[in-house]
Amino acid sequence: MNTINEMTLNFKAVSENEAFARSCVAAFCLQLNPTLDEITDIKTAVSEAVTNCVVHAYPKEKGDVSINVKLTQDTAIISVSDYGVGISNFAKARQPFFTTKPDDERSGMGFTVMESFMDKVYLLKNSEKGVTVLMEKKFGESEKEVVGG
Amino acid sequence: MQIRNRIYNNTLYIVLSGELDEHTAQSVRISLDELFDESGFNQVIIDLSELDFMDSTGIGVLLGRYKKLKSKNTPIYICNPSTHAEKIFKMTGLYEIMPKIS
Repeated sequence: MNTINEMTLNFKAVSENEAFARSCVAAFCLQLNPTLDEITDIKTAVSEAVTNCVVHAYPKEKGDVSINVKLTQDTAIISVSDYGVGISNFAKARQPFFTTKPDDERSGMGFTVMESFMDKVYLLKNSEKGVTVLMEKKFGESEKEVVGG
Repeated sequence: MQIRNRIYNNTLYIVLSGELDEHTAQSVRISLDELFDESGFNQVIIDLSELDFMDSTGIGVLLGRYKKLKSKNTPIYICNPSTHAEKIFKMTGLYEIMPKIS
């Protein structure tokens, strides 16, 4: 499918940037006339992916998060990348309720939420140099209230 | 995030207002735990009608509060979740320990 628009966002992996990141991606996706439910799905999935970068990617000095969004006629393709330590066991990490930080009151539901709110979620890259998660959401699958446009 | 509360008929009512994510989670934990340390109630109702956004970090926050209250035998209930919050609650089975009331 042809990409009709694209944007990239870079910011420091600190929690202050979470609301900015999800709002920014959601605003960019508005040009495809998503429903309110679809936009909230996007915001939630982006928030989960960025939270992973903020909490897990940089145990020492905080590095960057990069988000790229490509829009086709009806689909948002969102990649969220960090340049941190990587995920040591992705099979475990994607299991519901699995967390490496149970003492921090973490639910371990990040990947499960991403997978249930988006159509597709892939681990595009996972190395000691960072992680890229790619997510896709097709709009217009349901007839609901339309925002924007 | 803003938190409002009142005690009425032995019930601590809490209204969470704003966005609950990694950034706001810690202040919500501290504020709720301070409220739970007070006396004069035997159950807690958390009203989410003004919660504009929540991701799975919110589940961790609520589970942590459930554990604190469980040690005092104080039940906790959820009311007025958004469609999305509800989806996350059902996904995680939160309602089994923190039932939804209307």
